[in-house]
Amino acid sequence: MSDKNVSIRLRSPLGRARGMGSAKQGSHHWWMQRVSSMALLPLMLWFVISVASLAGHSYADTILWIGHPFNATLLLLTIAIGFQHTASGLQVVLEDYVADEMSRTAYILVVKAACALFGVLAALAVLKIAV
Amino acid sequence: MSIENNARDATMVGRRTDGTAIRRPLSPHMQVYDMFQITSGMSIAHRITGSIWAVGLLFLVWWLVAAASGPEAFATAQWFFSSFIGMLVLFGLSAVAWYHTLAGVRHLMWDAGYGYDIPTVHRTGRIVLIGTGVLTVLTWFIAIIAWA
Repeated sequence: MSDKNVSIRLRSPLGRARGMGSAKQGSHHWWMQRVSSMALLPLMLWFVISVASLAGHSYADTILWIGHPFNATLLLLTIAIGFQHTASGLQVVLEDYVADEMSRTAYILVVKAACALFGVLAALAVLKIAV
Repeated sequence: MSIENNARDATMVGRRTDGTAIRRPLSPHMQVYDMFQITSGMSIAHRITGSIWAVGLLFLVWWLVAAASGPEAFATAQWFFSSFIGMLVLFGLSAVAWYHTLAGVRHLMWDAGYGYDIPTVHRTGRIVLIGTGVLTVLTWFIAIIAWA
């Protein structure tokens, strides 16, 4: 008999689900990636078409476009959700490919810091033009 | 064989019925598995295009900060984006954006539980690839009209 290989789990499936795994977040990260991707669909459609239409336009035209309340609002949303989506996507890539826990955690924190830094920088640039 | 301390490697270690330790084979086996089927190829491409956009966002930040900093900084950014390298970067980013968007919709469809049978997987895969080409050309059509 090889019963030393059989691990007996006393926790019920519901208990394990309530415990939400080692990260204590359950499917939250996975779900937020889907929510942000859905939000980015119309935003990217708008953004790519808008930027393509801005090709060859002057500095004054561009400032006018960014500064328009409608465009500035959508730009801020694109920046916020875009960087959130990027941070969570890169986190999954790092979790999959970096085996060592210390370097994995360090890389993820660096990615999150960079996304926060550049996200705020981009948002501030939009606000400076729009406000 | 050595038993690993790493938690991930530990899941790769099993035991034979006589109790001796054995390292389980990794899946997919990289020397046997064809990485460039439309299924696996598009899956890894979705990750790569997502990671490329992480770098692409830096160009968006540069463009916005340059616009906020004044005409000189904006002229420098415009000079780069209208240069050969800059155009190549923008063209690549537009293709990558459309691919990641369309492949993302395909993933959302799977998440909702649709399209798992192999003929549908192959069909949606081809739709994403063709759609990426069409939308990228369309994007640059708009850009060229705006430029002219």
